[in-house]
Amino acid sequence: MKLGKRAMGLGLKALNRVAGASLIDRLGLRNPTEQVLYQGAKAGFGAVGLAARGVRATRKLVGPARLEPARSSELFDLTPTDEQQMMREAVQDFALGMLRPAASAADADGVAPAELVAEAQGLGIGLLSVPEALGGAGTERSAVTNVLVAEALAQGDMGLAVACLAPSSVPLALSLWGDAQQQAAYLEAFATEHAPVAALAIQEAHALFDPFRLRCTARRSGDDYILRGDKHLVARAGAAELFVVAAMVEGEPHPALFIVEAGMIGVSVTAEPAMGLRAAEWGRLHLSDVRLPETARLAGVTPERYRDCVQLSRLAWCALSVGTAQAVLDYLIPYVNERKAFGEPISHRQAVAFPVADISIELDAMRLLTWRGASRAEQGMAFAEQAALARRLCADKGARIGSDAVQLLGGHGFIKEHPVERWYRDLRVAGVLEGVVLI
Amino acid sequence: MIHLETPKKFAMLVDQAQQVATQVFRPISRKYDRAEHARPKELDMLAALLDGMNASGSGEGAGAAGVRRERAAEEGNRNGSNLSTCLGIMELCWGDVGLLLSLPRQGLGNSAIASVANEEQLKRFAGRWAAMAITEPGCGSDSAAIRTTAVADGDHYVLNGEKIYVTSGDRADLVVVWATLDRKLGRAAIKSFVVEKGTPGFELVRLEHKLGIRASDTAAFVLKDCRVPKENLLGSPEVTPDKGFAGVMQTFDNTRPLVAAMAVGLTRACLDTTRSVLARAGVAVDFDRPALTQSAAAAELMRMQADYEAARLLTLRAAWMADNRQPNSLQASQAKAKAGRTCVDVALRCVELCGALGVVEGEREVGLLEKWARDAKILDIFEGTQQIQLLIVARRLLGKSSSELR
Repeated sequence: MKLGKRAMGLGLKALNRVAGASLIDRLGLRNPTEQVLYQGAKAGFGAVGLAARGVRATRKLVGPARLEPARSSELFDLTPTDEQQMMREAVQDFALGMLRPAASAADADGVAPAELVAEAQGLGIGLLSVPEALGGAGTERSAVTNVLVAEALAQGDMGLAVACLAPSSVPLALSLWGDAQQQAAYLEAFATEHAPVAALAIQEAHALFDPFRLRCTARRSGDDYILRGDKHLVARAGAAELFVVAAMVEGEPHPALFIVEAGMIGVSVTAEPAMGLRAAEWGRLHLSDVRLPETARLAGVTPERYRDCVQLSRLAWCALSVGTAQAVLDYLIPYVNERKAFGEPISHRQAVAFPVADISIELDAMRLLTWRGASRAEQGMAFAEQAALARRLCADKGARIGSDAVQLLGGHGFIKEHPVERWYRDLRVAGVLEGVVLI
Repeated sequence: MIHLETPKKFAMLVDQAQQVATQVFRPISRKYDRAEHARPKELDMLAALLDGMNASGSGEGAGAAGVRRERAAEEGNRNGSNLSTCLGIMELCWGDVGLLLSLPRQGLGNSAIASVANEEQLKRFAGRWAAMAITEPGCGSDSAAIRTTAVADGDHYVLNGEKIYVTSGDRADLVVVWATLDRKLGRAAIKSFVVEKGTPGFELVRLEHKLGIRASDTAAFVLKDCRVPKENLLGSPEVTPDKGFAGVMQTFDNTRPLVAAMAVGLTRACLDTTRSVLARAGVAVDFDRPALTQSAAAAELMRMQADYEAARLLTLRAAWMADNRQPNSLQASQAKAKAGRTCVDVALRCVELCGALGVVEGEREVGLLEKWARDAKILDIFEGTQQIQLLIVARRLLGKSSSELR
């Protein structure tokens, strides 16, 4: 990740957090960082909602603005860059300080508090997905940074993390696969602190769901497409102004992505409360013969790019699982040390200590596989296999970690006084979903 | 910058190791599995080649001595001999673990010497093959309970006791023997001594017959008033409660990633072979489609490959940390635990997936699968069993002493 002129585009709310980070002084970055923050905050205000602005082209582009692959590296390296480390620390502070205390209520209510989501926007989340040319902070692909941010947010709460991150999947999809018109029409709105709510909708509700064999269809009608089908577990569906929807195009063997505005005729949303990640405000998106112009189809989505889309979302789910699994481990260690049974801390028993050791081993492995996939993706290397393996590991071990955590707390794990039962639900769901968040 | 690919500068080393595995190890795998205790002469020339690579510096210290923690020459990220050694071992053990263990002058004793010897000892023991003797009939994992004694007598220590499970004990020139200066003082008094083969009172009793890694000899020794020069003690002769045992244990932080790398190499051998056997049967993994929409065999391959990748990256991380002079006890044990259990799980499951093909003894490819499945088990035992690794990991995470979490 390279710092651009407005890189990180941090809003005012991030000022205190970042200003307090000791790393800044260590690196002698205070002046340039302050400048970045100022620029980011300046751009952040004066933004208006997508609906008020209309969604017509605001800027003429000769061609689409793309995020270039990150520079490649020669050496094996597990150290985040200084910029990534700063970002990670700021987001982690926010996640542990703000998201965690709000998580239980958000889960019970099935609502992500608006001020928290706004504050997350203020940290610059999502700005990296929009190229600099379109007012964002992205100079190159930053999948690893996105993974670190997702991890850090999910350490606070995975449901709220999804609520904060899911809308940025749409500008990222537009940056990666939109054409100049599509980018001009929608992207700039996302480079503001009050970015519109948007959602990437791939998931459907049938057993053995395969994101490459969808039931949602796009039928041609003259120059238009007619979209029909249901999408399930769409994050913040009720608030979303814009959807990117995956559908099979009549006569084509591979799915395509379509831009669908919430106000179009035939689009409706119903709430869909679920087992986990309830703060993501799940909804079901009904598409009953929605007529779309040809220009609504994301032009850059070849079969290979659609595959990228699916795999990038799997990596996002991996990163989210890693963050929550880290929260589990950090919660378990003091618990098993303090909890006494038979006259001593339960952590003095191998039957308790060994599962804790196993959680740490699988958690670190989950993180390493996720990082490798993301690092290959951002350097423009093939990453499907690595993403699939990360997904496999995170789905299996994530669910196991959630289950072991409840088991180690016993009855306490089962009641809502502790966050562990929520993590149990969230980690299971994270291994099931396709789409929603991209990195 | 986060980047988890094999560094380009080690590509040649990896390629050479792969060629050795394919062209030297694999063709003689079955021969030495059957001829247990016969010395694989074919390896002598190879060992000379490895010595040459190490001496020229071009191999980045590929081999057992690559674990010495050099002073960091430059600031910033370093990919050094711990990492390159792991990468080399992964390839060689894709060939044959037993033969890797039989490579002259590449014993765990050599790693111990490289880890803790002083400059004078390094020079004196250079070019010698060193085995490692820790286990005794009455103690295995509980290495602090060893009974072999060392008593100072003039310029010598006098060693008495019994040692078993000494890998390459027969073929090596030197054996690094763990003994206690005073059994009453517990682990602090345990020191390692380099014993030359042929020293009076140092007697080889027998070679074991084993489940796997039969190409590698496993020896039992008796030490009867065996006199070892004082300058053969590795590390400090002082008995200091907080430092002594840590010194000899330090070797393990460096060697556990190497043993994990062996397990990773064997795991890949099983997976590669099973993948081609299944491909001939019409089964291939599709990495895009969810595992559960594919055949059970394909889904199983994907799960095993994910575990393999987990073990591999945990191992490279531990080695990379050693190269960058970061404390890595925790990560070394995590890697060893994951790699050890993964290789056994994968090997046994691959035998099942290949059916009779995986059970029958053959000379190459799937014919070696039954041997790999037998070889695998030791990798979850030596250099610290699965359970010991979990204890180490848990104690570190939970901040517990060995008397609290036992």
